[in-house]
Amino acid sequence: MTARELSSRPRLAPGCRLSENNQQRILQMPERALRLNGPSLEIVQRCDGKHTVQQIVSELQQIYSKAQAQKVEEDILGYLALLQKERALDFEV
Amino acid sequence: MVPIRSRPHFDLAMTSTISNPLALIAELTHRCPLHCVYCSNPLELQSRSTELSTESWSRVFQEAASLGVLQADFTGGEPLARIDIVDLVRAARSAGLYVNLITSGLPLDESKLAALVAAGLDHIQLSFQGAREELSNEISGTKSHTQKLRVLEWVKQHRVALTLNFVIHHRNIDQLEEMVALAETSSATRIEFANVQYYGWAFANRETLLPTREQLARSIGVIKREQQRLEGRIRVEYVVPDYYAKYPKPCMGGWGRKLMLIAPSGDALPCHAAHVIPGLAFENVKDHGLREIWERSAAFQKFRGEDWMQEPCKTCDRREQDFGGCRCQASLLAGDAAATDPVCSLAPLRPKVDAILAAVNLAPASVAPGIAGPYIAEAPPANEPPTRPSWLYRPNPA
Ligand code: SF4
Ligand code: SF4
Repeated sequence: MTARELSSRPRLAPGCRLSENNQQRILQMPERALRLNGPSLEIVQRCDGKHTVQQIVSELQQIYSKAQAQKVEEDILGYLALLQKERALDFEV
Repeated sequence: MVPIRSRPHFDLAMTSTISNPLALIAELTHRCPLHCVYCSNPLELQSRSTELSTESWSRVFQEAASLGVLQADFTGGEPLARIDIVDLVRAARSAGLYVNLITSGLPLDESKLAALVAAGLDHIQLSFQGAREELSNEISGTKSHTQKLRVLEWVKQHRVALTLNFVIHHRNIDQLEEMVALAETSSATRIEFANVQYYGWAFANRETLLPTREQLARSIGVIKREQQRLEGRIRVEYVVPDYYAKYPKPCMGGWGRKLMLIAPSGDALPCHAAHVIPGLAFENVKDHGLREIWERSAAFQKFRGEDWMQEPCKTCDRREQDFGGCRCQASLLAGDAAATDPVCSLAPLRPKVDAILAAVNLAPASVAPGIAGPYIAEAPPANEPPTRPSWLYRPNPA
């Protein structure tokens, strides 16, 4: 299962969770941590095993309605692929 | 537990210039049911009676979190040898830390595992001495392999991250594929292959542990292939032995820059091996707050920044990348902790490392000669086959 399948539901993998450090939201993973800014935080917060990739895309297209819809979708898919490579996501069907 | 790793992976990019520690390495005890021949624990082990109390550790976790530390690595010895381990996990997690347990899995059972996960354990790093039972038991000086396989099954029942840590050396570096296959039968999302680094008991056993140049080249090929094949499923990481590198590793991300290690007695060290450096005195968390130690301890300041550097590091372009390498290795090999790490190809003492490598690469047959240097190998137990190397096994503190 990959991020390219819009009907799949990404969920943070075991040992991966959101937390806060110095007023900065971060994603903690085994032996790694990522700082999250606006859009990346919006994406990660929706990786809850309930939102499909398609829903994440639509919701962010609304939030970032000034940006080009196609570009928003590409960025989200790219970011999900990156998180998958880090092994931070499980995809549920 | 587990040999020393320099930690190349903890890469939270910090924008601010003042750097606070990001990880706290909590060496909860030196007690361990295993006797690994590369154990990074000091040759002088601390006994149970000197270990910090549950309350002291809990305070340390609170102080660490308010200093900006993100992660606590529970290690040892074997951290599960502490009877209060579940309370310690809970204390670290409720202080806001990401809790990582580095364990041999030996003193674990199903209910202890469930309690640890319920207390907030985020990540288990289960150390393996190999993929095959016989060699694993020889390296750890203990019958331990079968229990580890049981632990893999139990972990599948829980939502907790699992890394399989394999410690790599001359005797098992040709079995990487089997180790990967073992990981694929488990719920691991990460495999860490770390070559032994030569401090502590590993330094005493180094000529039997160092892989040959050919072994290393082959292993790098295997790792590249497996990384590609497993992408998106299991992250495969590989730490090569720095004796074979051109430049040293940025040990611990730089002295006093990212990590703080608390020894079982409460002594605060900038690095696992800092006790090999003569003349360094360590503050104890029973007497001083963590922030005070981080900012003011002479041991932490000693090799922070660049002022202490000698040539060639002092004027080298790479000094902000590798910080001149490992201070403990400089102390061990050059007899001067402020020297350029002798594994660096630019170091005046690199010939010393080359001589060790030459001995390993020219040694006939599969077993390198016995140990040179100040340590005396123990005779192997009488019933062992004569081809087996004479390991120096670590004992267990009271
Ligand atoms: S003996 Fe082995 S398992 Fe025990 S502390 Fe040392 S390296 Fe770790
Ligand atoms: S000379 Fe010093 S700073 Fe330069 S590469 Fe070698 S160890 Fe690093």
